[in-house]
Amino acid sequence: MKKKKLAGVFLSLSLVAGALAGCNGDSKTSSSGGGSSDSGDTIKIGANLELSGGTASFGQSAADGLKLAIDEINKEGINGKKLEIVKVDNKSDAAEATSGSIKLVSQDKVVAVVGSATSTNTLAQVQVAQDNKVPLLTPTATNPDITNKAGKLNDYVFRTCFIDPFQGTVAANFASDEIGAKTAAIYVDSASDYSKGLAAAFKEAFTAKGGKIVAEEAYVTKDTDFRSTLTRIKSAKPEFVFLPGYYEEVGLILKQAREDGIDLPFMGGDGWDSPKVVEIAGAEALKNTYITNHYSPEDEDAKIQDFVAAFKKEYNKTPDAFAALGYDTGYYLADAIKRSGDASPEKIRQALEEVKDLQLVSGTLNLDENHDPIKSATILEYVDGKQTFKTKINP
Amino acid sequence: MELIQQLVNGISLGSIYALIALGYTMVYGIVKLINFAHGDVFMVGSFVGFYAITVMDLSFISALLISMFTCAIFGVLIERIAYKPLRNATRIAALITAIGVSLLIENGLIYIRGAQPEAYPNNVLPMDKLDIFGVSISSQSILILSVSIILMIILQFVVHKTKIGKAMRAVSFDSEAAKLMGINVNNTISATFAIGSALAGAAGVIFGIYYIKIEPLMGVLPGLKAFVAAVLGGIGIIPGAMVGGLLLGVIEALVSAAGYSLWRDGVAFIVLILILIFLPQGLFGKNKREKV
Amino acid sequence: MTTLKNSKGFWLSIVLALIFFGIMQFSISSGMLNPFYINTLMFIGINIMLATSLHLIIGITGQFSIGHAGFLAVGAYASAVMTMKLELPFIIAILAGGIIAAAAGMVIGIPSLRLKGDYLAIATLGFGEIVRIVLLNIEYVGGASGMQVSHLTTWPWVFACVMITVIVIRNFTNSTHGRACISVREDETAADAMGINTTYYKVAAFVIGAFFAGVAGSLYAHNFYIIQPSNFGFLKSFDILIFVVLGGLGSLSGSVLAAILLTIVTTFLQDYPETRMIIYSLVLILMMIFRPQGLMGTREISTLFTHKKTKGGKKDGSHNTVA
Repeated sequence: MKKKKLAGVFLSLSLVAGALAGCNGDSKTSSSGGGSSDSGDTIKIGANLELSGGTASFGQSAADGLKLAIDEINKEGINGKKLEIVKVDNKSDAAEATSGSIKLVSQDKVVAVVGSATSTNTLAQVQVAQDNKVPLLTPTATNPDITNKAGKLNDYVFRTCFIDPFQGTVAANFASDEIGAKTAAIYVDSASDYSKGLAAAFKEAFTAKGGKIVAEEAYVTKDTDFRSTLTRIKSAKPEFVFLPGYYEEVGLILKQAREDGIDLPFMGGDGWDSPKVVEIAGAEALKNTYITNHYSPEDEDAKIQDFVAAFKKEYNKTPDAFAALGYDTGYYLADAIKRSGDASPEKIRQALEEVKDLQLVSGTLNLDENHDPIKSATILEYVDGKQTFKTKINP
Repeated sequence: MELIQQLVNGISLGSIYALIALGYTMVYGIVKLINFAHGDVFMVGSFVGFYAITVMDLSFISALLISMFTCAIFGVLIERIAYKPLRNATRIAALITAIGVSLLIENGLIYIRGAQPEAYPNNVLPMDKLDIFGVSISSQSILILSVSIILMIILQFVVHKTKIGKAMRAVSFDSEAAKLMGINVNNTISATFAIGSALAGAAGVIFGIYYIKIEPLMGVLPGLKAFVAAVLGGIGIIPGAMVGGLLLGVIEALVSAAGYSLWRDGVAFIVLILILIFLPQGLFGKNKREKV
Repeated sequence: MTTLKNSKGFWLSIVLALIFFGIMQFSISSGMLNPFYINTLMFIGINIMLATSLHLIIGITGQFSIGHAGFLAVGAYASAVMTMKLELPFIIAILAGGIIAAAAGMVIGIPSLRLKGDYLAIATLGFGEIVRIVLLNIEYVGGASGMQVSHLTTWPWVFACVMITVIVIRNFTNSTHGRACISVREDETAADAMGINTTYYKVAAFVIGAFFAGVAGSLYAHNFYIIQPSNFGFLKSFDILIFVVLGGLGSLSGSVLAAILLTIVTTFLQDYPETRMIIYSLVLILMMIFRPQGLMGTREISTLFTHKKTKGGKKDGSHNTVA
């Protein structure tokens, strides 16, 4: 009697799984009938971005920039074909990013994936790209491990932005040379590879300049109360605070720091770059704060101004660095697809690798042997809640 | 000085926990249900306050009242629609429903307005800093604490001096007997939900003003921690929830002050488990033995 | 116990399962199934293991635990450390994941002796969060940014583990021990009075349930390339809880069915996460109001065919009512 139950269990298991297999078959035929990427007149590229969740502001900006670029490119087409973006929302979650990439590569058969805006979610896709031999091109993930982990090059992975050590070093030099700080505190988001990468580079460069790190504190993404830790930082009496986090927490930290009477200069990286930081912290709290960034919409370079104008026309807002890099990623990829000839993932990979002096909004793109771009960084200062162009630093 | 500053930080945080915990403790006291959705009522209150201030251009006090009123109605609706049909169901079924309601509110709001955060305007309340011997206390911290204490006193008054309060205590003690004595149990339970939810709404607005950033999932963790606070103070006991909330806030601040800020959320749950094991009736509770 | 008829049914089901395995294995190796479907298939397997292991704790023993993601996390990290840091073979990693999670099950099982109902629920939820926060703070396993794990989980592994899990849990339930667990669920005081060592059975349920959740964690870790503490928050616990509740508290086949159905639904709703969660939550609420016993109640699939009630007893949990 009882054994029969087991029979029932397995019977049902096989039935449902059989039904699944059946519906697999269906959607498989429909998808292969619907259009494969190399035939027909569209080339499918995937975009696995943070369209919702904690870092949605970055992903959405990058997606806007990317879409603008693809729309412009499609006016002329590439080798007589048009590009089509297949979007996946990874909800700012690493596991979703992995399964999203698997879906893009195996289900939608894209020729390349535009990877996530943040380092953690991009790292989650690296292995998928390597295993399936499909190029992964991230617009804004700055962690060095993405392209080169422990001396081993991920040959299918590329990026459009500079990497963390460069940003951290620029910030450290700025702190000691321009601000004249001798001591600094670091307040890092321990949930983010990006934040830790910047902090490590800052620490190394700042100590090399003869500075001293007097406090190293950490928080995790989604925290809301930082006062206790800020009080600790205050009592360590630094002259400068390096805060390489993302906008949501940075806004709160700055506000709470100013309320607790910490009037020190704060500096961070491109993770601050979102209008939300101004909304949350308020213009007053942003006084005396600086960031390193990929570009500034106020830069008078003609290419930048053309892009800013086109973006404003389309979306009615000023593009941030994520939008600029998303836009650049579109052009970088289109350029590679054009040079690849047959638009196969392998040829695109090769073309991405062979890029030379490509003129983009965020500077001239060349790759080093680690697939990392060699580009300039911009330092911005917040004045009355607006980013103002301070200097541009070349590598 | 640093220690005193940290205590101030902790009390501000604890006052918010306390306000949410008051609602938890009342609802649990009367229907023996962990109302998981309570944290989300807090979140809804925060959003109502936000829209009242930004869209309707209202002052702090009117936003607070609107938020409390809306949450009271919202709480009653939740109770009538989701919990009432389950009065005689098992505890597990009720708890699962509460989880379901919580998920529904969160994701319903995300569906309507997206998951992006919203920022309270900075100028709702004048922002003054009091510097006392190097300890800076913001006027907002004082406001939070005083609002919590005032609300608790009103609540204590309602529960102990009014007719509806008497009915609540009767239902909480023995709902069958209360029914026999002519008390309308359904209305009493609804009233409890209304009051608890109104307090959560008030906490939501205060949270928004103090911490600026609000988002659809903001209620989850404070909700859980408020439950810890309620258990800590002895569930069903109003002053207990207040003390439990403040205590939890201070414990968290001290953990951060010691440099273990990453362990802060863990500590709240460790406190919970220790309390449950060694002092399940809480700090203020009476020990009750289960009878066969 | 083993009349000819019964063993026939048992062997029939094994054969059916093996045929199913063969078909899938053939489709995979011949390339008929693309990686997306293979991934879904393996995810279904992992979810079945999670659902059945929680079913043992909640459905059979009546211990309301909502920290199951904690065991999953322990298993995932333990196994990942074995393969990635110590470079041990996958089979050892799977076992280690299970055993270490079982140890965690014992740790949480012991407090459960003193707690019941809501308090136990909230304590297990706290336990799940503590696991997550501890992992967050261990630099050795990558802290908050997580650990990259190589892809070792394959269909035969998943299939074998699912089979073992389902068979063990089923046989445990139908043994003397299982009946003792059910008596704890129905009325702990009465069970105690009848001379059943309730403490022992409660801990046993936690340990066995945690073991299989840990094994599922090993497969999970080696299927998703990266594991992060944030993957194992209490929302994950709720997901597993939903499988068990939807399937029917106390029904093994119900848990299995619900795990399969909901994983498929989730996969197809992947692009609409909010809609998925709204559907989930509505289903939970409506289910509790109109059909609190779940899809299957305490029945198993086979009873649908025989029209015989095999098991007496009430649905679940304590008899305390709300209000």
